[in-house]
Amino acid sequence: MNPAIRLDDLTVCYNRHPAVHHLSGAFHHGSLTAIVGPNGAGKSTLLKAIMGLLPVTTGRIDPAALTPTDIAYLPQQAQIDRQFPITVLDVVLLGHWQRVGVLGAVTPPLKTQAIEALAAVELADFQRRPIRTLSAGQFQRVLFARMLLQDARLILLDEPFTAIDARTTADLIELVRAWHDQQRTVIAVLHDLDQVRAHFPETLLMARSRIAWGQTAQVLTAENLRQARQMAEAWDEQARLCAVQAP
Amino acid sequence: MNLLLEWLVAPFVEFSFMRRALVACLALGLGCGPVGVLLMLRRMSLMGDALSHAVLPGAAIGFLIAGFSLTAMSLGGFVAGLTVALLAGLVTRFTEQREDASFAAFYLISLALGVLIVSTRGSSVDLLHVLFGTILAVDDASLFLVASIASVSLLTLALIYRPLIVECFDSGFLQSVQARGTVYHLMFLILVVLNLVAGFQALGTLMAVGLMMLPAAAARFWAQEVWSMAAVAATIAVLSGYIGLLLSYHHDLPSGPAIILTAGMAYLLSIVLGAQDGLLVRLLPRPHLQA
Repeated sequence: MNPAIRLDDLTVCYNRHPAVHHLSGAFHHGSLTAIVGPNGAGKSTLLKAIMGLLPVTTGRIDPAALTPTDIAYLPQQAQIDRQFPITVLDVVLLGHWQRVGVLGAVTPPLKTQAIEALAAVELADFQRRPIRTLSAGQFQRVLFARMLLQDARLILLDEPFTAIDARTTADLIELVRAWHDQQRTVIAVLHDLDQVRAHFPETLLMARSRIAWGQTAQVLTAENLRQARQMAEAWDEQARLCAVQAP
Repeated sequence: MNLLLEWLVAPFVEFSFMRRALVACLALGLGCGPVGVLLMLRRMSLMGDALSHAVLPGAAIGFLIAGFSLTAMSLGGFVAGLTVALLAGLVTRFTEQREDASFAAFYLISLALGVLIVSTRGSSVDLLHVLFGTILAVDDASLFLVASIASVSLLTLALIYRPLIVECFDSGFLQSVQARGTVYHLMFLILVVLNLVAGFQALGTLMAVGLMMLPAAAARFWAQEVWSMAAVAATIAVLSGYIGLLLSYHHDLPSGPAIILTAGMAYLLSIVLGAQDGLLVRLLPRPHLQA
């Protein structure tokens, strides 16, 4: 199995406090991995670091054969202005960014693809709707349609199913499984452990550091989960310097 | 009928200063409307206000060096406005302070400095000039400046329209496709300062931002997409200029406040009558549609 992304003793800090601490391992090419851990465990931080949105403090992220344009990233919904005056179709068309960029024209075939992507998330009739009229679930479908167009080899999802209804979650998980079948690498931050056990073959359980990483059934044991909770609670305002520093 | 036509047209046929003022308003409105819409959508409405005050010391220094010279005052205003925008941006980026607080801090410093400069060296008439502008005394040079700024604004907005919109709607996405949001943000800030400098010629530093924000705020009640919102805002801005000039001429009112109050009326009417979420639409009982 080829690694798609290799983490090599990775530490990412906010104000010198590590959010991700000496994390090593690899997401394999074509794997479908859930990242699980308590609040403040550094899950979102890890995704942002992989995207290059946060500076790496020590260690490194080896993207192997991937270039930044091969990666699609779905941040948590709270970061998007859902009142913004823009239509559903325009949001989906953003998925063509790598092809059209700042000034390129949206050609009819590109537009057709966008309409097809909307149909794939069951929002075929929603093209002209302003996004502020959509429910949270419908809007998440729109963002998934945009990712369909991005056609990325590595897909990062940050809590994609939080505050989303069951029916939509089920539909979107089908899309994730389809990506997996197409040999794309998918990494998702999730909270629902039953969901992880049902649909994600591999899991990274972390609490700033790695607790366990591998096949889901072997990672999500009671003992590992208890350990993750304990480590997350151990946030120390007066923390001393970490003994393991970069050479 | 003839009387009405005369009321609407005669001042501009008769007096060249009114014609100039009208053209200046047209150019101002075309630039300020769309810029204001984007400023509003970026939740920076009040920062436009802050920047307009920040222009003052630059204009004052220009005024002290070269007298009532358009070039010197505009250049000074532009430099001062941009300095405040950049300093506030830097502080926001490199400290924990939020953008609104850092903008407020720097514009207050700038405003106080401006008032100090003008009051120690000039007379209070000069100060009034800078604060309230003189659209009826627009000469060819300032007309040229205002028109150039409007053209540059519209062209630049057209070029950076896509990333600018993505940056305010979903900045995370722009980052994720490796586009440089900061560059477009900076270009946009330059446009805001440019338009404020254009506006301060005609309307004064206190009210320049009025023709930017009021039409934009009104447009939100009429349009559902950014481009249509910008078109509505530009139209409202241009009409406010025209009607404001007429009112100021016929009723002997100062032109700046007359124009801004007209835009204010358009805003209030839009709140009530607006097709998108206006009060009337909200309050009138209308039968609901099929599910």
